[in-house]
Amino acid sequence: MRAGVRRAVNTAMESLTALTALLVVLALILILGFLVSRGASTVNLDFFTHLPKPVGEPGGGMANAIVGTWILIGLASCLGLPLGILGGVYVAESRDRRLPRIIRFLADVLNGVPSIVIGIFAYTIVVLPMRRFSALAGGLALAVIMLPIVLRTTEEMVRLVPASLREAALALGIPEWKVILHVVLPAARAGIITGIMVAVARIAGETAPLLFTAFGNRFWQHGLDQPIAALPIQIFAYAIAPYDDWHRQAWAGALVLIVMIFASSLVARIVTGGRTRGLR
Amino acid sequence: MADGILVRQLNAWFGALHVLRGIDLTIDPGAVTAIIGPSGCGKSTFIRCLNRMHEVVPGARAQGQVLLNGEDLYAPGVDPVQIRRRIGMVFQKPNPFPTMSVFDNVAAGLRLDGVRDHAHLHEAVERALRQAALWDEVKDQLGKSGASLSGGQQQRLCIARALAVRPEVLLMDEPCSALDPIATAKIEELILELKKDLIIVIVTHNMQQAARVSERTAFFLLGEMVEFDKTPRIFTNPRDRRTEDYITGRFG
Repeated sequence: MRAGVRRAVNTAMESLTALTALLVVLALILILGFLVSRGASTVNLDFFTHLPKPVGEPGGGMANAIVGTWILIGLASCLGLPLGILGGVYVAESRDRRLPRIIRFLADVLNGVPSIVIGIFAYTIVVLPMRRFSALAGGLALAVIMLPIVLRTTEEMVRLVPASLREAALALGIPEWKVILHVVLPAARAGIITGIMVAVARIAGETAPLLFTAFGNRFWQHGLDQPIAALPIQIFAYAIAPYDDWHRQAWAGALVLIVMIFASSLVARIVTGGRTRGLR
Repeated sequence: MADGILVRQLNAWFGALHVLRGIDLTIDPGAVTAIIGPSGCGKSTFIRCLNRMHEVVPGARAQGQVLLNGEDLYAPGVDPVQIRRRIGMVFQKPNPFPTMSVFDNVAAGLRLDGVRDHAHLHEAVERALRQAALWDEVKDQLGKSGASLSGGQQQRLCIARALAVRPEVLLMDEPCSALDPIATAKIEELILELKKDLIIVIVTHNMQQAARVSERTAFFLLGEMVEFDKTPRIFTNPRDRRTEDYITGRFG
């Protein structure tokens, strides 16, 4: 009798948890399905190779926004990755009792700062002195957003490396900095890469901080000190416009953005996953 | 190998906890010294003080004299990194570097010290693997991950890794406690072979093991060294009551 009750409860709880897990995934599936049904028909070769057309002219694409998004991700990574990874290593490895704790706390606070506020920050320290919107300003805003994510995941992953490995290396008479560089970081690499991909995915879709930094551009950018197009800004601009044609373009842009993020995560996984072994 | 290791008034702490109290001990070259005692008696801390690994733990410190062939390892200005090159260590759980191949594991100490010459590395790796009695088993799979070997092979890989930098001393912290009896027998055989070239200090929970491999045995209890003598004497006719209680299994 009791066993019967236990089994019934077990079945009920298992179904409940499975259902909730499915619901979580369902959100993603619905979003993807919606994007494909609304946007797939507009995605063609022109979409990747042409500039936007003026209102009323059919066709055109978002080539400048696609390239712009990659440039912005690149700029943000140039600043955000080295600072985030080195900072994360410091927070994980330092023997100081106070500073790492303070940094960790501040990084969490920074992670919670609304992205539009970070946009205002970049606007104030880059756009105002330069007197123009620019890719640099957008890159800085995105770098600030990715910084705490990269720092905290690097820290967590470095902490996960077993102390026994560190000790093995130290006991060989290897200086601590070489232990970190050649033993600890390689062991943490897969996790750090995952953190980087999460950060890149996050900034690739950020819209608010770009509105008054990168600003957007209907044409090709002419340098990093000029306004630059980005997919999220373009999607935003098209989605709120009153033209059906632009709405279709916006759906297509959203689909391309999500596929781009997904594909780059996948590539990063494959490239780094297969190289866990050192050179012989 | 001149005078071996002389330990004089060695004290160690974890924070405010005084874990080693005034240890005096002489470790002769050419003979294996075993350290026995119940868990928490400070035996691991003791050997970690010998290669200055104790101080790696945050809040841990040590004080006293440890003379290796007359040179004080705790003298001011001595670089612990240099000490650890001369005094190798093998740990309780086999801990090969998981991201490195068998070859790279053994070569790690030399490579990270700046040795680039390929022929030299190959020679050193083969010598170390032969010394660790692992060469015949892995010579055709040097490119395989070190983590893919069996537990006993991994432990011998760790021994080879420690031997590759040609240390004068090898410290072994319960090297067989994670291994099965066959792998244990191989390691013990290895110890008897290696003691011709190096000073060996082994911490063990296994009293039969101490009796099998060591010439001298020290019994530690609550941070103090209770007795240190020739191994047969410790196990057949100890001077101290506490030693007798421990080896006859009355406590610990």
